[in-house]
Amino acid sequence: MSRILVTEERCKGCLLCTTVCPVSIIRQSERINQQGYKVAEVGADDMGKCTGCTSCATICPDMAIEVWRSKKQKKVA
Amino acid sequence: MAKAKTAPKAAPAATAAAKKTAARKAAAPKTAAQKAAGQKAAGQKTAGDEELVFTRPDSLVDRATHYCPGCHHGIAHRMVAELLDEMDLAGRTVAASSIGCSVFLYNYIKADTVESPHGRAPAVATGIKRARPDKFVFTYQGDGDLASIGMAEIMHAANRGERITVVFVNNTVYGMTGGQMAPTTLIGQKTTTCPGGRCKDNEGSPIRMAEIISQLGGTAFCARGSLDSVKNIRQAKKYMRQAFEAQTKGLGFGFVELLSGCPTNWRLSPVAANKRITDEMIPYFPLGVYKELEGDGTCGSLIAPGTASGGAGEGK
Ligand code: SF4
Ligand code: SF4
Repeated sequence: MSRILVTEERCKGCLLCTTVCPVSIIRQSERINQQGYKVAEVGADDMGKCTGCTSCATICPDMAIEVWRSKKQKKVA
Repeated sequence: MAKAKTAPKAAPAATAAAKKTAARKAAAPKTAAQKAAGQKAAGQKTAGDEELVFTRPDSLVDRATHYCPGCHHGIAHRMVAELLDEMDLAGRTVAASSIGCSVFLYNYIKADTVESPHGRAPAVATGIKRARPDKFVFTYQGDGDLASIGMAEIMHAANRGERITVVFVNNTVYGMTGGQMAPTTLIGQKTTTCPGGRCKDNEGSPIRMAEIISQLGGTAFCARGSLDSVKNIRQAKKYMRQAFEAQTKGLGFGFVELLSGCPTNWRLSPVAANKRITDEMIPYFPLGVYKELEGDGTCGSLIAPGTASGGAGEGK
């Protein structure tokens, strides 16, 4: 499955990523990072829905998101 | 901020993932050369049955930026860095940075950078390029810098057809100094120096820079993109590539305007700021390519695409 990795210390909680995800799996967490922002997260149950489209990382102004895409065999997801 | 280097990625959702990346990050600083080689070889990282399809470009420094949450400078910086990598310009690039929120460009992009006086980046870039024509030279300027105090420099650099590239970030306001009215401020937009909203009779109309620059003889490529949506960001990067190529092919002046958000001085949330670009800015500042010339870089060879033969850089 594809997945994203949020570098929480870099996230500024702008939440632009939450508006572009085609499967709407990114949300604001209750965790506050050292900069004082509530960071974005993907719930553990939802990560399997990620399509690896890179939209969230493209719109992130702070390079806080890395995207890993699974190779082929996407049937399960 | 110092701690960010060690990056304790405590993403509970993906512990295994964090481990993998931590290992990769840890190895990176030690063998930067190896990392670069690896990335060049494959273009992507792979681990097991996964590949890393989106990560920090090598030319973008791994540090937190000073920009406000949701500020589009970060996106523009990333795209510049990606293009420097993709077009193999890293290592032979000199940037002329400007005054404004992007004044610390040299902290974020791995290129030798000359800090220019307010608005004078195109003049500084002209000097650099003429002294070192083998270098790739770009400026990165905001609208308070480029469209106001720097108007003379940008117009004449474009008109002379300097082989430089200008990345123009238009967020309709002076960001760094606290939200004063800029030449690009929209009619009705409230700023600290036009608290009642910009009035056409008093302050004039917002300046459309891409249109102006496209009219000048030395401009080889001129376009306006926007950073408000994923689709527009991807399109904007294509424009930026073309503006870079106008220089690498020796054609002339390359200009790309990027409509950007300044949530702080617009007094909006980042999400609302993006919506404002879509709803208010794009209708006034239409997106698209305003000028695109082809040629072989020799004097007088520039023509508009599709024209069999003709005018020297006077197309459109
Ligand atoms: S990569 Fe695409 S599908 Fe996955 S979280 Fe980001 S926006 Fe959503
Ligand atoms: S003031 Fe505006 S342009 Fe400057 S960093 Fe903040 S959001 Fe960005």
